[in-house]
Amino acid sequence: MSLAEGTRPRNLPDRLTNRGTRVLRSWEMLLAAIAVLIFIANTQASPYFLDPWNLSDATFNFTEKAMIGFAMALLIISGEIDLSVAGIIALASTAMGWALQFGVGTPGLVAIGLAVGLICGAFNGVLVTRLGLPSIVVTIGTMSLFRGLSYVVLGDQAFNGYPSDFAFFGRGYVFWVISFELVLFLIFALIYGVVLHATNFGRQVYAIGNNPTAATFSGIRMQRVKMILFLLTGVMSGIAAICLTSRLGSTRPSIAFAWELEVVTMVVLGGVSILGGAGSILGVVIAALIMGMVTFGLGLLNVPGIVMSIFIGGLLIAVIALPRLFTLIRTGRAS
Amino acid sequence: MIGQALKSREAILAGALILLIIVVESRFSGFAAPGNLAGVFNDTSILIMLALGQTLVILTRCIDLSLASNLALTGMVTAMINSAMPGVPVVALIAIAVALGLLMGAFNGILVWKLDIPPIVVTLGTLTIYRGIIFVVSGGAWVNSHEMSEAYKAIPRFEILSLPVLSWIAIAVIAAFAVGVNRTALGRAFYAVGGNPSAAVYTGINVGKTRFWAFVIAGGLAGLCGYLWVSRYAVAYTDVAGGFELDVVAACVIGGISIAGGLGTVTGAVLGALFLGTIKNALPVVGISPFWQLAISGAAIIIAVAFNARSEHGKGRIILKKAEAHS
Amino acid sequence: MNRMTDIETLTSADPVLRLSGITKTFPGVTALSGVELALYPGQVTALVGENGAGKSTLVKILTGIYVPNEGQILVDEQPTRFTTATDASDAGITAIHQETVLFDELSVAENIYLGHAPRGRFGLVDWAKMRADATEILDRIGAKIDPRTPLRELGIASKHLVAIARALSVDARVVVMDEPTAALSQAEIEELYELVERLKSEGKAILFISHKFDEIFRIADRYTVFRDGEMVDAGLIAEVTEDQLVEKMVGRSMDAIFPQRDHTPGDTVLSVDGYSHPTEFEDISFDLRQGEILGFYGLVGAGRSEFMQALFGVTKPSGGSVTIDGQEISIRSPAEAIEKGIVYVPEDRGKQGAITAMPIFQNVTLPSLAQTSNRGFVRMAEEFALARKYTERLDLRAASLDQNVGNLSGGNQQKVVIAKWLATKPKVIILDEPTKGIDVGSKAAVHEFMAELAAEGLSVIMVSSEIPEILGMSDRVIVMRDGLIAARFDGEGLTPEALVRAAAGYEESAA
Repeated sequence: MSLAEGTRPRNLPDRLTNRGTRVLRSWEMLLAAIAVLIFIANTQASPYFLDPWNLSDATFNFTEKAMIGFAMALLIISGEIDLSVAGIIALASTAMGWALQFGVGTPGLVAIGLAVGLICGAFNGVLVTRLGLPSIVVTIGTMSLFRGLSYVVLGDQAFNGYPSDFAFFGRGYVFWVISFELVLFLIFALIYGVVLHATNFGRQVYAIGNNPTAATFSGIRMQRVKMILFLLTGVMSGIAAICLTSRLGSTRPSIAFAWELEVVTMVVLGGVSILGGAGSILGVVIAALIMGMVTFGLGLLNVPGIVMSIFIGGLLIAVIALPRLFTLIRTGRAS
Repeated sequence: MIGQALKSREAILAGALILLIIVVESRFSGFAAPGNLAGVFNDTSILIMLALGQTLVILTRCIDLSLASNLALTGMVTAMINSAMPGVPVVALIAIAVALGLLMGAFNGILVWKLDIPPIVVTLGTLTIYRGIIFVVSGGAWVNSHEMSEAYKAIPRFEILSLPVLSWIAIAVIAAFAVGVNRTALGRAFYAVGGNPSAAVYTGINVGKTRFWAFVIAGGLAGLCGYLWVSRYAVAYTDVAGGFELDVVAACVIGGISIAGGLGTVTGAVLGALFLGTIKNALPVVGISPFWQLAISGAAIIIAVAFNARSEHGKGRIILKKAEAHS
Repeated sequence: MNRMTDIETLTSADPVLRLSGITKTFPGVTALSGVELALYPGQVTALVGENGAGKSTLVKILTGIYVPNEGQILVDEQPTRFTTATDASDAGITAIHQETVLFDELSVAENIYLGHAPRGRFGLVDWAKMRADATEILDRIGAKIDPRTPLRELGIASKHLVAIARALSVDARVVVMDEPTAALSQAEIEELYELVERLKSEGKAILFISHKFDEIFRIADRYTVFRDGEMVDAGLIAEVTEDQLVEKMVGRSMDAIFPQRDHTPGDTVLSVDGYSHPTEFEDISFDLRQGEILGFYGLVGAGRSEFMQALFGVTKPSGGSVTIDGQEISIRSPAEAIEKGIVYVPEDRGKQGAITAMPIFQNVTLPSLAQTSNRGFVRMAEEFALARKYTERLDLRAASLDQNVGNLSGGNQQKVVIAKWLATKPKVIILDEPTKGIDVGSKAAVHEFMAELAAEGLSVIMVSSEIPEILGMSDRVIVMRDGLIAARFDGEGLTPEALVRAAAGYEESAA
């Protein structure tokens, strides 16, 4: 570390390593390499994989989850978590289905979906930022509460009969094989990427996640930033609810069951530190692609979904464990 | 000590539980009858045991989301062995269940201890892995009641002093925890590690190893509960106890186990589980749709955590002379 | 007692514990390099050194928390290795640590006995015996604390007594005391001295770390001086004077350290009137003029940091008013304080000051993002320019501005934090223990810089527990005790003795 103290102050360079080298050594590169390997394996395993329509279908495996994942990434980087996202989907979808009974049209349904998402996000946000409760416990509670309300309304029933123009959100195509959901996914990836990496707000999110006290002492209004992040996560869950309800064409209270764990897995696999303070949107995008491709590729091979989850769970642990294991072995040998 | 404990959140929770039972009794007489309450306890036994295991893990500032998957996998394995080889004594199956559970807990624990991976990430991963393995070993098939031996199904239901063995096992586990947590070095180490990890190092406690043991014990209990669950409900399939991991966390939170670690009691965890169990049993009795159950337990978690936070706050450091008059 | 025979008995003993050539490095810092230390039965060895000299690291090595990179630990001249706290305690070494290494949620008795609780039948913890034993130990040190009380209900002083009781609960041959009197009242300190005498007569070897020279000369038999991680000197207390000890500790004479300043303060910039807090401080009033350095002295826990943090908007005061440039303002958050031109360099650099996992330039621009950004979008070039401007002025030593702050030495981290605040162009800068735990070189740089800032018209409030720093830097001094202002000094009557007396609350017979 003598390097750190050695340089004369007058020629302090901005950066030592250029960006290229840094990118090459990054987590995102590791993920991208895994993604490419899985892609190649898929093309070898099934001749149907490269079919454009098949690939297009494959994107539905991750688009909705990834949209929530982007907001969740920011929330986790800030040091909080929201486990109620799937509950919000259930409640938002139920609210839309309920409104449907009164003849509310597509614009109204969309507004209701967004509003429920926003209200649920605000509820979480107030409990965490105003009452100072730990978000992991609060959102385990609201997860049950939101989905529970959906069960109260629906029981073992379902809402059906959504208007035909409502189907566009989940089943529509913008151009050739490019679905509306895929476009939405790309737009949100871009927006969240810019917000996190190129705005003051994004910088504040990192600062809060790294050291909440020092961030507050630096004049960042931490509770306000966190409140915004909970609202964003809620709204994104509302948008996911609109897309998913539209795609399924019906609402059951078990809709999007256990998605919260898949979303968190995606975000963590994407290199976002569960302890806060680090991560990128690009990582989440690649993780979404990996999860989508694994699900789809194994699906083509008739491997059931539950087995794919072993792979995803294993990947989640392995990508974090292996680098640490190597360091452990290396330092173990050194001493 | 006892007097102090009674003023605490455990006392308030016990009060709430009694109030709940009284309210239900007023709507449906007979609910508070000893026989019925024993039934509620029996129904809640598995939740109690898992909540106790989870309590140890949460005390050390960790969390184990894989407990329900662990339970389901061990349950499936014992059921499959039983249906394939009915001759294997049930005691051996129980031993296998516990051993398998311990192993899965140890896997979680070793990743947390040796590789220092955040527990929520580890157990989120093993939650899906353990659950997936059930499908792999069973091929997605169910093991139904008629494929299980009578002895396999009989043990948890067998009554001693008009209380089923399942309840007795829960009582034994509660007793073992009461002694183990309060009066063994490891038990106290759980509190120390969660209360102040850096100070724990100064007292010679190995923080990582203590966490490892918390995961191992919780895993072993989940394994035991795996056999008990499958034999009690006489059916094993991939989705057994799906989502139950969060019920377990909920029981702990309601029981006042602080997610920040180092704070919580065996009594609290048991009461928290009983509170959830009582709601679950009471809803159909008082004519409320069982679909309310999820929403109510969600609300209970939020109220409990808000309440606990209130009682944990409010004690500022007092330095003003008038406030700290030396005796 | 005859002084000569006294010295003979002192020098004839063999050490119980000896450290030889101990080196301990951390990423970026060498905390100890090749130090020597010997502790003798029935004798008190004082370890003196400035903050950051490596004393606390040494304590952690003695107690098995850190394993040294090089060197030997010899118990009865037999080489041993401590890899855990248990190893050290098995070797008969116990310690009263400086920071409270205790457990808020556990009872006093358990805090004393955790890790070595008395066992009863079946090897189970015997709570009744634990409580009885705890009562006995607490009685022995004159602490009137019920062992069943949860620790969190105790004040700082009582917690410290529990820490002392914990150290004594082990049957040890070596007792390490790291600033044991820092938080104690005078009566409690007297009891502690008696205890030290008793331990000496029981033949225990004591390592006594203290900043207070009066107590070192009162109870120590030997001394060892550390400076910048090295052992400078060791010997018998009887053969050294206080001035000599200070010189060895600082490495130069006292007057040369602080910059000379011409002090002509301008108009009043900040006035605080009757600031109060429900539990931490009460009725704090003072004026601060332009270009002035106002020192705040007091013992640890006197409420100085708590007051400064309330002034900076971190905590809410219960009453009082703040006026800046003649305008009454209310400060409800750090963001508002910064807007009004008040900034705070906190004592705890790692937790409150720097964001160690983020690069230097991002740390510097964090409160000034509005300046360097365009409609909310960050502009890196502007950020680097702003960061460069202030870090170069502070003579920051780093590899690049993109380096993480966590990789810098304590002194350079402090420079980053100060640069961060200067970049906001404040009117008032509050420096809380600005040189705590940083090396002597950076210390002098910080002092010089502080003087420069004042000369340029910035108003400085400096919280410090180091008397030389207070004396050397301040134009005026306010002393706080138990949350109240205990004394004010406007240059006259400002002596080390007067400061200590005001801070500790000794009754003055003639005044």
